[in-house]
Amino acid sequence: MINLLLALSSFLVTADPALPEKAKVGVVLSMTGDTAAFGDMTWTGIQIAKEMKPKVLGADLELVLVDNKSDKIEAANAAQRVVQRDKVIAILGEVASSRSMAISSVAESKKIPQISPSSTNPLVTQGKRYVFRACFIDPFQGQVIANFALQNLKAKTAALLTDIAQDYSVGLSNYFKTTFEKGGGKVIKELRYQTNDQDFSPQLTVLKGTPPDVLVITGYYQEAALVSKQARGLGLKSTILGGDGAEAPELLKLGGEAVEGFYFSTHFDEKSATTAIGRKYVEAYRAKFNKAPDALGALGADAYFMLAEAIEKAKSFEPEKIRDELEKMKGFEAVSGIISMDEKHNAVKSAVVKKVEKGEFVYVTTVNP
Amino acid sequence: MIVELLLQQLVNLLSLGSLYALIAIGYTLVYGVLRLINFAHGDVMMVGAYIATFALTRLPWPAAFGVAVCGTALLGVAIERAAYRPLRTAPRLSLLITAIGASLFLENIGIVVFGGRPLAFPAIGLFDRVLHIGGISLPLLSVWIPAGTAVVLAVTFWIIYRTRTGMAMRAISRDRETAQLMGVNVNRVITLTFALGSALAAVGGIMWSIKFTSITPLMGVMPGIKAFVAAVLGGIGSVPGAALGGLVLGGLEVLFVAFLPELSGYRDALAFFILIGILLIRPRGIMGEDLPE
Repeated sequence: MINLLLALSSFLVTADPALPEKAKVGVVLSMTGDTAAFGDMTWTGIQIAKEMKPKVLGADLELVLVDNKSDKIEAANAAQRVVQRDKVIAILGEVASSRSMAISSVAESKKIPQISPSSTNPLVTQGKRYVFRACFIDPFQGQVIANFALQNLKAKTAALLTDIAQDYSVGLSNYFKTTFEKGGGKVIKELRYQTNDQDFSPQLTVLKGTPPDVLVITGYYQEAALVSKQARGLGLKSTILGGDGAEAPELLKLGGEAVEGFYFSTHFDEKSATTAIGRKYVEAYRAKFNKAPDALGALGADAYFMLAEAIEKAKSFEPEKIRDELEKMKGFEAVSGIISMDEKHNAVKSAVVKKVEKGEFVYVTTVNP
Repeated sequence: MIVELLLQQLVNLLSLGSLYALIAIGYTLVYGVLRLINFAHGDVMMVGAYIATFALTRLPWPAAFGVAVCGTALLGVAIERAAYRPLRTAPRLSLLITAIGASLFLENIGIVVFGGRPLAFPAIGLFDRVLHIGGISLPLLSVWIPAGTAVVLAVTFWIIYRTRTGMAMRAISRDRETAQLMGVNVNRVITLTFALGSALAAVGGIMWSIKFTSITPLMGVMPGIKAFVAAVLGGIGSVPGAALGGLVLGGLEVLFVAFLPELSGYRDALAFFILIGILLIRPRGIMGEDLPE
């Protein structure tokens, strides 16, 4: 009898040697602070993805969410915490490039794969072994905005407003400038601010004498809304442009009438949902919130789906094997498009340009790489 | 053209500077009576802004502002009861620590109750309009804020120098024990000081929100620090000093950004630079009293 039990138990153990009942996944996001909207939107997307695919290899993927308060140091601490305390097999996050880099220093040293849903600065994955992303990068996004300004808006002069505290903003401004000047445009003023600044009137006043055709703010939604408002208050009539950091409902709420006609490039629109899973996601999102899904949520879902796919391909929850599969990912059908990793761990995908019209985000065009 | 730009910057300077002044007046008032650096002042301001935001959806703006000012004054009294009064005789350092605790408490309660994402302050037509005079754009708010600050300053002066409570405040500030022996009800006066200081914070929070629209649980942190710098700059404890310090700080920031645009991302650093400078050169500030030995 005992022998039989022993035999049985050894059989049970050997049947599925490496597969646990659940695996923990760290999610490090800005749920409070300056870019709380990004964290919230991304988290919503990840949760919908989890509802669509709760189990991988028969195991429950348990999400451990930690708020980083929109702060670089908190982000590194949060990553440290999920790796050490929760023993996660992978980390999803962050939205902001500066914070993704803070997390990646932990991911690299602990050899835990990290997938950033929507950090677009090239440095986030450059030279990193364990860091991946679900989105395109800023050299491409800078081109998209600059070409849109040159060709669609016929702009000849531009002023840049850069958030010096955000690697995303600094990078995007540089890439915009390169393409815009190569295309025959001229950047007449480069103004700077720092995350959290609320008063932009002194900077914008400088533009009053020679107003540019376009005013490009490469920072995040809160500042983009305030800049638009204060620019209009000062009587500046330039068209205002931004990057994917502008896309949050807060842009509309905080900016009000001042953001009418604001253009920005971003990752996803329900009109651009081409994959089957993308349409399923749009349906699930609409059923839940009765409104159009945003790009950050879609990318959050993609980060989750990429991880699930890599685990399934690896048939293992070992971080190292998951990493290898992420690196090999080719033609994976995700929510925001088809993801193939390039040699620098970037997803090569098309961009969408949207515009604010009557207090809503309206699809303008899709730009392919 | 140059003249127009300078005049425009002057408008910017006045509206930002008087906003700092407004917040610094409340800050310095509490310090003057209690010798307490009230680090929670910015967070009290945040609560005022939230109350106003919610009240505005139900009430016309004058009533909503009244509700916000009264509600915030009550909050100030509650904080004084809960956090500061038990430590009335404790060393100054304990008071400083409990002030930081109160500040963190309000911020985190704010996050739990209101969530991390910003709310938009409802637009009020009267304050939103912009006049274009020649080449200068004059947001009406740039008139209202300095005017509001002037009224607040006048009322505060009147209370401090023309009422019995004000006399008691000054007496307590000079020597609390003796004031008590002379029959001043110290607890009552301190409570009133907190109510007044918090009401001023609410006015500051409302003005701040009208100007900058975005309401978040952490919105009070930077204005709180700026008000502290303004109060130290003007001479902490001195009400006219706080008003002057606010104007000078706002002015320096605007000039810094206007004339050194390549450094414009460092305007917060400028405030700290000024703070260090004033502490090194003239610790009692521009209009401050001489520090006791």
